[in-house]
Amino acid sequence: MNTLFAVEAVRKRYRGADRDALGPVSLRVEAGRHLAIIGESGCGKTTLSRIMLGLLPASSGSVHYRGAPVHGLRGSAARDLRRRVQLVLQDPFASLSPRMRVGDIVAEPLRILNRGTPVQARVAELLAAVELDPAFARRFPHELSGGQRQRVAIARALGPRPEVLVADEPVSALDVSVQAQVLWLLRRLAEHEGLTLVLVSHDLGIVQNLCHTSAVMHRGVIVESGATAALLASPQHPYTRELLASVPTLPQRPQ
Amino acid sequence: MIALLRNPSGLIGAVLVTVVATAALLSLVWTPSDPLAVDPTASWLAPSAAHLLGTDALGRDSFSALLVGAQVTLGSALLATTVAAILGLPLAAFIELTPSVVSSFLQRFIDIMIAFPTLILAVILVTSFGSSTWTAAIAVGLGASVVVARTVAPELRRAHASDYSLLALAAGASSGRIMLHHVIPNAGSTIIVRLTQVLAGAALAEAGLSYLGFGTPAPTPSWGRTLAEMQPQIMTRPEVLLAPALCIVIVVLGFNLLGDGLRDTLDPRTRRSNR
Repeated sequence: MNTLFAVEAVRKRYRGADRDALGPVSLRVEAGRHLAIIGESGCGKTTLSRIMLGLLPASSGSVHYRGAPVHGLRGSAARDLRRRVQLVLQDPFASLSPRMRVGDIVAEPLRILNRGTPVQARVAELLAAVELDPAFARRFPHELSGGQRQRVAIARALGPRPEVLVADEPVSALDVSVQAQVLWLLRRLAEHEGLTLVLVSHDLGIVQNLCHTSAVMHRGVIVESGATAALLASPQHPYTRELLASVPTLPQRPQ
Repeated sequence: MIALLRNPSGLIGAVLVTVVATAALLSLVWTPSDPLAVDPTASWLAPSAAHLLGTDALGRDSFSALLVGAQVTLGSALLATTVAAILGLPLAAFIELTPSVVSSFLQRFIDIMIAFPTLILAVILVTSFGSSTWTAAIAVGLGASVVVARTVAPELRRAHASDYSLLALAAGASSGRIMLHHVIPNAGSTIIVRLTQVLAGAALAEAGLSYLGFGTPAPTPSWGRTLAEMQPQIMTRPEVLLAPALCIVIVVLGFNLLGDGLRDTLDPRTRRSNR
């Protein structure tokens, strides 16, 4: 199989902390196999995704993308990695600069990574791909709804035609009805563009129909991983069972 | 610019500042009479066609003195603000963007400087270097620079640690590009608003220092010193104090309202859509 990410024994301890926030963690991302990284808040899943992208240094261990280390890259090798791997974040109100128009937000990676592309045409194409009117290019983010903003964030990430899209809780800030739309969109785009998704989430429900494999994280380490269907059908680790059982329900209102 | 003038605070602020600036520029080329010409026979004259606001104890034309005073006020406010910006902004950027032992030491130093009253700093500088408008303005600017650094730094940090800056990094942006396209535009309105507040504060400080005798020395007219010279008349002719006092209010109010207007219009989230 074609390995994209190879994470080997990565640890992270933040400055001033008395224990590791992450690790040791090892995992592989294979081309075409969508991976879900599941865990509760604070389990280290966001830290792991930042380290995989080379946006945060690891305290020890290594991350390779297609055989090349992601940390310490410079010049064209760094641009090449950025072109191949893109990121979508959780909060669509924080991830779009309030001072830039949607068109410029979507165009930024193109201007840096794909010099020479006709930006205007590509931005219109990208907005159409996420089912937004190309006229949105002239708007500011505050004029958009949460779902529309997340579509803009996805359009931006797709601009450089990446191989991998790392999505850190891409729908958890959205209304339930909008969540479904955005998930459908991600799935359709992944098929259409041949993308491999790495979905970081606390919600098993949203990954079950989207990701082939899942890794369950608890207190900074992966406690269980494997095919998503198998993992949901027969969880082996007690924490996974707990996570499956913890779908919140409200007690019946007394009549 | 048009959006600024549509904003009520911005419009009033711009008008007030323009009035004072026009007076200052006009006084460079023309005043009704020489503001320094002493005439012992004409002391404490009431307002007339020849002396629009009357004369002071030495028979000098009060209106001409007010016009020239605008130069002093605006000049020293601009100088103080320039000093505050030149020192304060790089200091803020250094502290926030390069965390190190040096920058945390600088931060403590700023805390100490903020605790030190600007007025006392100005008095010390003026008594050691001699009383002048410019010494006082530089002292006020020094005092304001640490406040600028302190208030702008968190704004830079917020923009630098934001999700959109992280995404720019993930899109391969250099730190220079992130600074130019994300941090400065997003912190910029705070910086501009803070600097208009420094302008207002510096204009007020110039008047205060001159009133106390630590600012503009005689005989150069200054609103603060005019106020001090007119003070003996407060019981007999309170209206002579009104003109310089009103001028100070106009300039301070003007800068503050202009700052409010700029804050509202520079932010696309509060700007009225004009598409």
